Parts: sequence; C-alpha cells; structure tokens
Amino acid sequence: MLKYDIIIIGGGPAGLGAAVEAYEKGVKNIVIIERDKYLGGILEQCIHNGFGLQEFKEELTGPEYAQRFIDKVEEYDINVMLETMVLEITPDRIVKAVNSKEGVFTIKAGAIILAMGCRERPRGAIMIPGTRPAGILTAGTAQRYVNMEGYLPGKEIVILGSGDVGLIMARRLTLEGAKVKAVVELMPYSSGLTRNIVQCLEDFNIPLLLSHTVIEIHGKDRVEGVTIAKVDENREPIMETAQYISCDTLILSVGLIPENELSQKAGIELDPITGGPIVNEMLETSVPGIFACGNVLQVHDLVDNVTAEARLAANSAIRFIREGEFGKSNIAVKAGNGIRYVVPQKINVDNIEKRIKFRMRPVNVYNNAMLVVKSGDKYLLRQKRQRLTPGEMIDVNLSKDILKNANLEEGIVFLVEEG
Amino acid sequence: MELKEITCIVCPLGCRIQVEMEGGEIKSVKGYSCSRGLEYAKNEVTMPKRTITTSVRAIGGHLPLLSVRTKEPVPKEKIQEIMLELAKVEVKAPVKIGDVVVKNILGTGVDIIATRNLYVK
Ligand SMILES: Cc1cc2nc3c(=O)[nH]c(=O)nc-3n(C[C@H](O)[C@H](O)[C@H](O)COP(=O)(O)OP(=O)(O)OC[C@H]3O[C@@H](n4cnc5c(N)ncnc54)[C@H](O)[C@@H]3O)c2cc1C
Ligand code: SF4
Repeated sequence: MLKYDIIIIGGGPAGLGAAVEAYEKGVKNIVIIERDKYLGGILEQCIHNGFGLQEFKEELTGPEYAQRFIDKVEEYDINVMLETMVLEITPDRIVKAVNSKEGVFTIKAGAIILAMGCRERPRGAIMIPGTRPAGILTAGTAQRYVNMEGYLPGKEIVILGSGDVGLIMARRLTLEGAKVKAVVELMPYSSGLTRNIVQCLEDFNIPLLLSHTVIEIHGKDRVEGVTIAKVDENREPIMETAQYISCDTLILSVGLIPENELSQKAGIELDPITGGPIVNEMLETSVPGIFACGNVLQVHDLVDNVTAEARLAANSAIRFIREGEFGKSNIAVKAGNGIRYVVPQKINVDNIEKRIKFRMRPVNVYNNAMLVVKSGDKYLLRQKRQRLTPGEMIDVNLSKDILKNANLEEGIVFLVEEG
Repeated sequence: MELKEITCIVCPLGCRIQVEMEGGEIKSVKGYSCSRGLEYAKNEVTMPKRTITTSVRAIGGHLPLLSVRTKEPVPKEKIQEIMLELAKVEVKAPVKIGDVVVKNILGTGVDIIATRNLYVK
C-alpha cells in the first residue's frame, strides 16, 4: 500500500495551509485529496473582499487568498489528487478514496489532517409550512449560481437568516439588479459579522428584521410570496404581526454544519455543539494521529484563523509522526455561563510550549462584559471585552504559567460575567 | 457638536468608532484600534468609499465568468454606475489574477482587476 507521511483531506484554505506548512517544515511526502475539480474550497465562490487582513496585511477576495496558497503548492510540487473523494478513514489511518482514473483505492498515512470544511443546513432542517414550489434555495447555492455560473436565481428576493453568506448574497444580488426586500432573522441579533451588516445591508437600505421569521411560503409552481411575523421571547410567531411580502425567491441562510460523516465512521468523537471533532491542544481528535482544522472543526468567520489553525494541525501531525503519541489530556475545558462552546475541549499542559489559543462563541450579545477563565473557585483570567456577539468568534490566549495554576480535577471553565 | 457612530469595515474586527464633528470639521475620533481604522473613519464622514467585487462575462474560459474587483475603493455613490459599465465588459480567456480588465473605470482613476486565473477551456 502506498504510504504518505501526511494525508490531508480537503483542498480548501485549511488543507492548503496545512500542506504548505508541513512542506516548509521539511515533511514533503504528503498529499492533498480534493473531491472538486480545483483547489480553493469554498473561497472560490466567495468573490467578495474581506479575506487576509491578518495573514497578508491586505484585503483580498476569496479566490485571491486561495491563490496565494495554491501558488505555493504548485511551486513546491506538493502531491494533489483532484476530483478524488475520500470515502472512508480508519483509526489505523488507512484512507479509502475513489476517482474515475483509479477507481477505489487505499493509501496509508503517518498522520491524517481532516480539512473537509462545512456544509449548509439544508432546507429540510427548518420547518416552514406551505407548499414546496421552485425558488427556494440556500445562500451558498445562490452564491455558486451567481458567482460561478452567471445565473441570477430570482428578481424579488427575501432572505431568511442573517448569517454571513446571506448578508453577502443580499448585496451581491442587489448589485446584479435583483430587489432584496428583506433579511429576516429569528434571533434578536444577527449571526453575521458587523462589517457585513454595514456593508451589505445598510449601504443598500435593505431592511434587517430581527426577531422575525417566515411562517408561510406561498405559490404553487414557483414562490409567489412569503408571510413573515415577529416572534416573542420563546421564538413563537406573534400572529397579529403577520405580513405578506411578494417575492419569487426565498434564500435560506440558516447556518453551517461541519462535514463530519467521515470522522464519525472512523469512530472520532464529535462535540454535539460545534458539530466538529473533540480535540486537544494539538488539534488531535479522539483518534491518535488524526487532526482537524478549519470549518470541519468549528465554523469560522475569518479565513485567517483557519490558516492559523491549519499551521498548528500541520506542526502537530509532524510531531506525531516523529515522536508518536502525545499522552493523555489532563485538563478538561468547559463552556460556562454565556459561552456556547470552547475549542480545544481538553488539554495536556505538558505539550504546550508557551501559550495556547482557545476559540469560542458567546450565546448572546454582551457589551462591556468580563470574559473569565476559572478553575474551581480560582480566577485564572479576567478580561474586559467591549463587545461579545455570537457572530464573532472570541480568541483567548492563555500562557503555560497561567494554566499551571489550574486544578486538574476541576478543569477550566470559560464564562461571561456581566455588569 | 455632532457625534457620528461608525462601524469600521476595513477589517472584520468591526471596531466602533465615534467621530465628533463641528461645522463639518472633525473634532475628535475615538474607538479605533489601528491607523487604518482612523483613516477609514475620517473618510467615512467626509467621502465614503467601497471596494466593488463582482464578475464580468468571459469567453472560452474554464468558467463562464471572471471575478473582478476595483483595485482600490471607489466613491460609494459610483457603485451603481460602475456596475452598469461592467455589465458591458467581456473578456477572453486566458486571464491572469491581477490583470487589469478595465483601466481607470469611469475616470475614477481606479482600475478593475481580475481576482482569479481564468484558464482556456
Ligand atoms: C459565504 C462565505 C463567506 C465568507 N466570508 C468571509 C470573509 O469575508 N472573510 C473571511 O476571512 N472569511 C470568510 N468566510 C470564512 C472562510 O472562507 C471559511 O471559514 C474557510 O474558507 C474554511 O476553509 P476550510 O478549508 O475549512 O473549508 P472549505 O473551504 O469548505 O474546504 C473544504 C474542502 O474539502 C473538500 N472535501 C470535503 N469532503 C471531502 C471528501 N470526502 N473528499 C475530498 N475532499 C473533500 C471540499 O470539496 C472543499 O474543497 C466565509 C465563508 C463563507 C461560506
Ligand atoms: S480600527 Fe483597525 S482593527 Fe478596528 S476594525 Fe478598523 S481596521 Fe480593523
């Protein structure tokens, strides 16, 4: 069986970043497996700007950001298998894949890096009564139609959900001549980045209706309109507020979920909240030698963070193939009051060189709150944060010295203290 | 005295910046985290600008479209006009990332550049 030091599954920014890092650190017997025709992943259809300010100190579009890494992959002549789909991975790191040239084949890895990205919550995941006419599609599909295939999905549009993809598409469709009548958001806040609300909605006077939802879809063969209503604190529609909006297209931007069928089949433990694998400080999953980075681990807003994560995964994979297993994690990491999840979910302080970055999301919007890390009753860190919102991932760096003060039995907890 | 609250969009951090204005003059700027943000806030209260990202029709390429952007931000009120102008543009593959697709669009002094490689089909 053909053997590689590192097999990277997925050729988006996470996979590309991991490959370039491994190569630059001297591990060259590696391969990227990508099911699509091209490298770049989701970035290929994200033609808007807003990528790379941290990584390259300039503002790039998605394809430009991806190309910087693709150029390196080509320059280094890193092995790439395109139009090749990974079907299965096993705990002993055998990868089974298929393509039209070789059919089904298996290869063995010293370490595997999962970089499969995420997918959109499908239409079936939300329950809207009414018929199922044509003209309902997800924001990512709309993005692909408009930006890759050159086809406008409709003229009068309502967008349900204010995630980044939905916001970006509100502007994109407006620029292409469609009328976006409203962006309807169930929650009292948007899950998108502030900058996207300013740049994509406010600039074009597109109304953002918070605490609203679509309660009915009208039309037989094609969407003719939707009924929307305000919702109460329990997210139940308030019927007296129902109003009809005529439109020919309803776009759903109701969230992304990490793509983890492969991981699950390999027996990798998943975090029910992130939908991604449970990892340690090395970004290693519950199966030794299998690492995860990018949107397959947790849905990121910023590709720069994906690249940073990919580098860490690559360095950990290298350490694994050189030194073997890392030893058990000894501190559990938990999400406390106000925090939805924290990655990594467990750590082993002995493996940390100087400091480690934790990434998390709050459950709500908080202004001038304290972000706190505790171990039992002991405070390890208290940081004032001007604004916390679920749409923006929070980073917290903790040094090894601070972590040494943690009580191993209690673990550490991240939480928000208000007031 | 007039207080303008601006959300900086130069980078995804989205800092909230408060600009104090008096008689069309900037009195004070607060809340920015870097010099790019300071500059953005000053411009936003006097002459707002945006980078336009869109696509133009392509012939003979691996995709039917070529994604493009304004090389620098352009005045916000020009967005519509530039979009109409770009609707008339057609390019032939191959195109290299960074190639100028339209020079000095509508006299703004800003070029339209390709944001991806377009290969011959
Ligand atoms: C619409 C949208 C707008 C965004 N806007 C911004 C922005 O303005 N600024 C910013 O910084 N970030 C933005 N992001 C976030 C950023 O682009 C993503 O977080 C990042 O692209 C994720 O990279 P990834 O490599 O993890 O996943 P992806 O890019 O999704 O790549 C995963 C790859 O894995 C492949 N794959 C999956 N399963 C298999 C398999 N079984 N076999 C082989 N290959 C497989 C897929 O085909 C895909 O190419 C945006 C994201 C979206 C969706
Ligand atoms: S002020 Fe600087 S850091 Fe803050 S959003 Fe603007 S560019 Fe980003």
